[in-house]
Amino acid sequence: MLALDTSKKLSFSKLIASGDLVIVYERHETMKAVKVCEGSVFQNRFGMFKHSHWIGLPFGSKVYSNKSGYVYLLAPSPELWTLVLSHRTQILYIADISFVIMYLEIVPGCLVLESGTGSGSLTTSLVRAVAPTGHVHTFDFHEQRAASAREDFERTGVSSMVTVGVRDIQGKGFPDELCGLADAVFLDLPQPWLVIVSAAKMLKPDATLCSFSPCIEQVQRSCEALRTNFTDIRTFEVLLRTYEVREVKINSMRGQGGSPCQQPPCKRRHTNEGSDKQESVSSAIMARPSAEARGHTGYLTFARLRCSA
Amino acid sequence: MSGNQSNVDSVQSRRVTWEGCSVLLDINDGDRLVFSRLTENSTLKIGKKNYSLRPLIGCPFGSLFQVEYGAEGSKLSRLLRSAEVSNIEDNGDYQPVEEHRDNRELVDNNKAQSLSGEDIEELRRQGATGDEIIEALIANSATFEKKTAFSQEKYRLKKQKKYAPRVLLRRPVARSICETYFTKYPARIGFMRVDTLSLLLSMANVAANSDILVVDMVGGLLTGAVAERMGGSGYVCNMYLESSPYPMDIVRMFNFGDEICKRIVRTSLSDLCSVQNDPSEQMGHDVSIQNDPSEQMGHDVSATANSSNEQMCSHETLTEPSGMEEIALPSENEVSKCKIPKAGDKASQETIDLWKANGFSSLIVAAPELDTWNTVKDLMPHLSHSAPFAIYHQYLQPLATCMHRLQSEKMAVGLQISEPWLREYQVLPSRTHPCMQMSAFGGYILSGVKICNPESA
Repeated sequence: MLALDTSKKLSFSKLIASGDLVIVYERHETMKAVKVCEGSVFQNRFGMFKHSHWIGLPFGSKVYSNKSGYVYLLAPSPELWTLVLSHRTQILYIADISFVIMYLEIVPGCLVLESGTGSGSLTTSLVRAVAPTGHVHTFDFHEQRAASAREDFERTGVSSMVTVGVRDIQGKGFPDELCGLADAVFLDLPQPWLVIVSAAKMLKPDATLCSFSPCIEQVQRSCEALRTNFTDIRTFEVLLRTYEVREVKINSMRGQGGSPCQQPPCKRRHTNEGSDKQESVSSAIMARPSAEARGHTGYLTFARLRCSA
Repeated sequence: MSGNQSNVDSVQSRRVTWEGCSVLLDINDGDRLVFSRLTENSTLKIGKKNYSLRPLIGCPFGSLFQVEYGAEGSKLSRLLRSAEVSNIEDNGDYQPVEEHRDNRELVDNNKAQSLSGEDIEELRRQGATGDEIIEALIANSATFEKKTAFSQEKYRLKKQKKYAPRVLLRRPVARSICETYFTKYPARIGFMRVDTLSLLLSMANVAANSDILVVDMVGGLLTGAVAERMGGSGYVCNMYLESSPYPMDIVRMFNFGDEICKRIVRTSLSDLCSVQNDPSEQMGHDVSIQNDPSEQMGHDVSATANSSNEQMCSHETLTEPSGMEEIALPSENEVSKCKIPKAGDKASQETIDLWKANGFSSLIVAAPELDTWNTVKDLMPHLSHSAPFAIYHQYLQPLATCMHRLQSEKMAVGLQISEPWLREYQVLPSRTHPCMQMSAFGGYILSGVKICNPESA
């Protein structure tokens, strides 16, 4: 998924090989992550696809099933991964993820601490942001989920950049050996205010912290706890509104006045120059907001560790 | 001091300022934001006086300074930790007490304060600190005791901003640069809000070891943000589609060292499309066949770009005639003395050949003045297989048209037009609510993934 060195870059010449992870795109919002394997088969509503047909094709190719249905084989990215990964917990989506990474000022080389790991949605994007010289230490108190996360990181090829620890961060804080080394800390915990003091010890001066909480009461308690050692405390909500685009046919009657109006069912399809009532069918591209939207995910509270003299 | 340039790119050393570095000065908690460069002679104007910025050199980013009045006049001096926390809002011991006061008897007639302007000047001359003046004002206010606790806090803060202004030394990074421009000069960055910028970077999978094609007509903000996230590997190709490159001044504020600057290169679309040794393939007037003349022309192009950078005239003044005094660009002398690394050299033929052979890993476009669909149509063939792209625009219609065409010509999947929504909250004990001011608009983004469609060769 990540080009950890230049040889792994996506390019015209990189072709799908056995062992690669591909994102099978059926249609918008219907995608699946599949590991390509010489003898394997992928089945969906469009039919059966043999992996062997996929090998040697470029990423982005259209492939057909035995029933003439088709899918596209896309190269994996942290964004696509977030949309296809299995949810063991509620995950963060692209709007929150992208804002967090920008606001925490994460760049290659950074050391980032995260708790809890959850399903690894944010973690994958954090890894991209710190690669190739940084590292992500992520912690979850649930042993099974930590193991699933480790498996996912293997699958997506990012395991060298991330260490998953099983640890109760709320109870024990972050491990001492990371004291003073972190460029950023991210918290997605039920009671983040319990971790603020430990987070402050982990961070370099002027380094950044973010706490994600669904409830405003959690935000209030976190901000109170932050005031002692942190400054620049800001809380945000980020959401995405999507738009639908359609080509709409417009029938307009040209003649007296020439203004388009509601038409009774029309018989003529083409402009007929001989008649005094001319009718033309034109089309316009129109966009409108989608009817459904995510109303709330959580509040993002950011802060910086104060500089000591 | 110039020795610091060699490790400027390492995350560690970027935490302390050095002579010649670019900084963002935050005066009075966001009331005023100024970009500046820390040199021997640079100053900052607060009120009617100019303060030297020399005390800021060598201090960690995040340091707070306050105007101090001394025997030799006033200057900026660094606030130590204990003094910083004296701000009431930072007091962690807030106890929610029943508030019995209200403002029913308070009349705003300007007669409450008994100290006059001259009295305050006299106090200053006697050596009173800013904080002492504030205490004196509170003591001499007839209405202070009658105010509610919150109101008293607001009063104190207001006086502190006027009589003891504070300057916070901020690091210029994508986040702070974008926020500042969005607040002060949004037109220069095409109204691209910080969450929108962050989405562009994610949607286009910006990461190290990539070759990212960027059409940046937002002053270089996009180029700088992409380069920052690539951290000195791969390339950011800042492409221009017409005869001259677009201004990229904002890149200089990022404090990029040589490693990252080398990675920011420019090329024209015609250069990318031209086939070597074949004159009939030339599409633009500025393309030459052999390497040597193109190298020389490249030098001219970047020289022109740099001199327009220095003056920051042509493109900038057209969009924003006033308010330029807040961005202190270094003079020619200062540039050469401080050895500020330059970004935006013309891409070498070798690099261009690599791009032609491998394609770009992704594309980001922020070009309000170009036709969106035609731009995307011209650039798509240069993207690698399955490359993601993100197109930014202030207006919905061009993106809608572009999306429709991409769909009907089967050039991409996963197409989506998004409008990010951002709201900030004030979180204070018993005073938590969304902020009164809000940005209603930060632009639209069209994103998708390129597919290879053998049906439409």
